[in-house]
Amino acid sequence: MLQAMALHALANPARFQRFSRRILGPVALLATGFLAAGLYLALVQAPTDYQQGNTVRIMFVHVPAAWMAMAAYAALAACGASLLIWRHPLADIAQRAIAPLGAGLTLICLVTGALWGKPTWGTWWVWDARLTSMLVLLFLYIGHMALANAFDDRERGGRAAAILAIAGIINLPIIKFSVDWWYTLHQPASVLRLDGPTIHISLLIPLLVMAMGFLLYFVAVLLLRIEAGLAARRLETLSRRIG
Amino acid sequence: MNRFSLLLAHDLKLALRQSSDGLTVLTFFLLAVSLFPLGIGPEPTLLARIAPGVLWVGALLAALLSLDRLYQADLDDGTLDLLLSSDAPLPLLALARGLAHWLTTGLPLTLLAGVLAGMLGMTAEAIPSLLLALLLGTPTLSLLGGLGAALIVGARRAGPLVPLLILPLCIPVLIFGVAAGDMAAGGTPLFSLTVLAALLLGALALVPWGISAALRVAVE
Repeated sequence: MLQAMALHALANPARFQRFSRRILGPVALLATGFLAAGLYLALVQAPTDYQQGNTVRIMFVHVPAAWMAMAAYAALAACGASLLIWRHPLADIAQRAIAPLGAGLTLICLVTGALWGKPTWGTWWVWDARLTSMLVLLFLYIGHMALANAFDDRERGGRAAAILAIAGIINLPIIKFSVDWWYTLHQPASVLRLDGPTIHISLLIPLLVMAMGFLLYFVAVLLLRIEAGLAARRLETLSRRIG
Repeated sequence: MNRFSLLLAHDLKLALRQSSDGLTVLTFFLLAVSLFPLGIGPEPTLLARIAPGVLWVGALLAALLSLDRLYQADLDDGTLDLLLSSDAPLPLLALARGLAHWLTTGLPLTLLAGVLAGMLGMTAEAIPSLLLALLLGTPTLSLLGGLGAALIVGARRAGPLVPLLILPLCIPVLIFGVAAGDMAAGGTPLFSLTVLAALLLGALALVPWGISAALRVAVE
C-alpha cells in the first residue's frame, strides 16, 4: 500500500524529475560496473562448454536480453494500464520511452540467438514456438510505436497504444511456456524453474551479473528517455504559447 | 438483447446493400489463393501439402482487407456517438458488430475455402476438419480485427496499420488452424480444434471489452 502510494507520488512530473535526477547517476554507474564485471566473468572467467566451446558465451548476452525484453513489455503494459486507469501524463511519456528500448532488446535477443544457432543448431532460424513468439513480441513493440504516432492528437495515440499494449500481454506467458508446451528445438528453462535452476553455478553467476547489468542499463536509459520526453513536451507547450 | 439484434440487422442490411464490398473480399481470396499454383507450379502433392496454410493465410488477409473502415464510417457519420450514448452496453454492441463482420466475411470465406481446398487437391478426409477449423477460427479473427479497427479510428493513415497491429495477435489462430488441416492427413485434429475453440471463447469474453475501451478513447 505504502509502495503504491509512493509510486503515485512519482506520477507527478516535477517530483519524478527530482527523483530521477538524483538516482540517474548512481544507476548509470552501477550499470557500467555490473556490465563490465559481467562481461569479464562471462568472456574470461566462465568455463567453455564441452560441446559448444566458446559459442556458449553468446548466452550471457542472449538470455539477459530476452529476460529484459519481456520485462520491458510487462512495464509497457503496466504503463498502459496506469495511463488508462489514472490518466497519469507521465505514463504516456514512459510507455513511449519503453517501446523502442524493448524493441531493441528483442532484436538483440533474436540476433544473438541466430548467431548462436548457426554453429550450434546448424541454422540461423527455425520456426520454433519460442522463436516465433519472440518475433511476435518484436511486432507488438513495432505496432505499439506505429499506433502511438499515428494520430494528430498525441493523447489519443497514447491511449490507443496503451490498449494494444494490454491486449498484447497475452504473448508473455506464451513466450515463457512455449518451450514446455511445444517441446521443439529451443531448450527448456534452466534458471527460472520451480525445482531450482539446473544450470551450473559457474555459468549462473556471470549470467545473473549480466542480467543485473542489463536491468540497470535499461532503468538508466529509461530515466534519460523519460527526461527527454518531458523536455520535449515542455518545449512543445512553450512554442505553442509563443507561436 | 434487443439492441444487439437491431445493430446486427442494421449491419447485415448495410452489407447486403453494398454487396460488392463483400464480393471484393471473396474475389481477393480467390485470386490470392490461385496465385500459389501459378507461383510455385501445379504439382499436385506439393499443392495438397501446402493447401491448409495457403487457405488460412489467404482467408486471414482477405478478412483484414475489409477491416479498416469497420468503425471509421461510424465515427464519420455520427453513428458512433449514438452507439455510445445508447443504454445498451458497448461490449455487447461490439459483439454484434463482430458477428455481423463474421457473417459477411468469415462465413463466406469458409464456404469458398471448401471449394478452393478441392481445387488445391486436398483429400476429402482432410477438408472437413480444415473447414471446421476455419469455422472456429474466423470468428476470433473478426473479433481481433474489430479491436484493431477500433484502435485506429481517426488515425492519419489507417490502411496498413490494422494488419500491423492485428497480425501478431492472429498468429496463434493461424498456427492451430493450419495444424488442424495438416493433421487431418495423418493424426487427429481434435487437439487443434479444441485449442481454436478455447481461443474463440477467450476472445468472445475479453475482446469486446477492449473494443469498447478503444471506442471510448476514440470519441473523447
